[in-house]
Amino acid sequence: MFFTATTLFIGSCTHDVPVKPELPSDDIRLVVPSNFPQPVYNFSSNTLTKEGFILGRKLFYETRLSRDNTISCGSCHQQFAAFAHFEHKVSHGIDGLFGNRNSPGLFNLLWQTNFMWDGGVNHIEVQPLAPITNPVEMDESMNNVVSKLKADPLYKKMFIDAFGNDTINSQRVFKAMAQFMGMFTSSNSRYDKYMRGEPEGTMSAEELNGLNLVRQKCTPCHAEPLFTDNTYRNNGLLFDPILNDAGRMNITMLQSDSMKIKVPSLRNVGLTGLYMHDGRFNTLQQVLNHYSTGIVHNSTLDPLLATGIPLTTQEKSDIVRFLETLNDYELITDERFADPNF
Amino acid sequence: MLYLLNGMGFYLIFCKFIEEKLRTMIMKTHTKFLSVIFFAAAFAVVSCKKDPVEEPPVPEFGSIAIEFENMVGDSVLELNSDDNYAINGDTFTVTMFKYYISNIKLASANGTFTEPESYHLIDQSVPGSFTFTIDNIPVGDYTGISFMIGVDSTRNVSGVQTGALDPANGMFWSWSSGYIMAKFEGTSPQSGGSSHNLIYHTGGFSGVNSVLRTVGPSFNGAIANVTKTETPVIHIAADLAEWFVAPANIDFATTYTIHMPGTAAKMIADNYADMFSVEHIHN
Repeated sequence: MFFTATTLFIGSCTHDVPVKPELPSDDIRLVVPSNFPQPVYNFSSNTLTKEGFILGRKLFYETRLSRDNTISCGSCHQQFAAFAHFEHKVSHGIDGLFGNRNSPGLFNLLWQTNFMWDGGVNHIEVQPLAPITNPVEMDESMNNVVSKLKADPLYKKMFIDAFGNDTINSQRVFKAMAQFMGMFTSSNSRYDKYMRGEPEGTMSAEELNGLNLVRQKCTPCHAEPLFTDNTYRNNGLLFDPILNDAGRMNITMLQSDSMKIKVPSLRNVGLTGLYMHDGRFNTLQQVLNHYSTGIVHNSTLDPLLATGIPLTTQEKSDIVRFLETLNDYELITDERFADPNF
Repeated sequence: MLYLLNGMGFYLIFCKFIEEKLRTMIMKTHTKFLSVIFFAAAFAVVSCKKDPVEEPPVPEFGSIAIEFENMVGDSVLELNSDDNYAINGDTFTVTMFKYYISNIKLASANGTFTEPESYHLIDQSVPGSFTFTIDNIPVGDYTGISFMIGVDSTRNVSGVQTGALDPANGMFWSWSSGYIMAKFEGTSPQSGGSSHNLIYHTGGFSGVNSVLRTVGPSFNGAIANVTKTETPVIHIAADLAEWFVAPANIDFATTYTIHMPGTAAKMIADNYADMFSVEHIHN
């Protein structure tokens, strides 16, 4: 009797937690680059798996997320443009309707505290809800999205693979998408390799001068290593009465936030044109001209820009040279992130 | 049975373990502590060998059902009714009425029971949402209830949720993350809005913009007697008319659309904080 009870006890002790089969996730892991801080979102409540990532990728490139099945996330977030919309001032959504803000590049999202130009979205997992339900972007309801996915046997299989059973709901859709987009780590630009002392990390004298100028004149807003401080600032753009965009004030309702916009990362800025939250500038040269001589003064202008950022022609040229070392060609050619339908 | 055997196994191993430990300890311990150790050892061995394996007292649990009935004054609320409701000299119809109830607590002489995962969406267009049952409540006499109107701030900032909190329920602002705590939509000839619409969406979970209100409608001396077999039903009326009166009287001509956090949403939240009353309790 004693022996039996003991055996049972030991048995229950070692086997009462069912062992989850090991998933082949060897190439889908969260890797924090050695020159980066710890991420804001680390998948602690959303277990990262290869199957979850693959489902998220299919959803990212899924046109059925839109009302008329024509627009996917990838329509306005193109990999070759570091997931911005290449050469689009603003993007055209469903029925050819235009939004009023430039489609931003998507990378290093795990290090972002808030999303969208006005920071209105507070979590990576609920971010896709905004474009999916926006009437000028994808104009679809999550109930319809879930119904469409449930009708497709392939999705049924992919949800089982990713989450262990065939429940399809918006929570799983968004968690899978966070697994996919969260993996867009951009940390292999030539600048990064230079900073990590890697063999390919060579920089010319002009590029190094540009880096020093950015450190002197563009911080703390565009601080290394992420090249954004995740704040909202009025950077002295001329107010566009047609767009009539109050920026951060739309979210906080504070007059003091009028015309403030999230500081974007400078990473991949050579790939993500056009520039500014409304895509008003075509080139980086125009952006630098704005900061050196184009600042418009109004009550919420960032104090750091009160006198502009004086730059010589040579300095602007060196800064542009440096900014191009922030292009991450590994990000934009990574096969894991490509549209699986092609 | 397996559980019992496992328990016995553990118990016997534990006794063996204590005896072994004590023997080694006694050999190693400084003499000054010996008497204490001997006493403890004697106690442990005796208690180990003499205590029979007893079933621990089993706490008893039951359930409570809560039923919400949406009203306008003394009338039962009817969506898309041909008859208009009257308030403040205006008339109105109702096309949508839904709200979150969360963080339910039930008070008894033995303490407070807090419902885990306490999120409920009451939706006038979904009769199945009017009543829900809370299980695993310790048996006893419950004399009070409190709950939050809305969804606590934590769940507004914790990523995508499911069940009552699924964003597919249309109660989550996509452009400015956060739950819409309550929705009323309808029409009024007095409304200054397009098509004479009335659209009141209240939200805002933090700081000065919070519309979260925790309320505790009185049982008025009644008791919900939870036993293992009997499930009392707490019947709560929710009076939509309270949205439009006290402390602020709402004029549909000027207040017809609320769809963001801020002063107007808070004004409505202050109004609807007293819309709930416990009508009766079935035991």
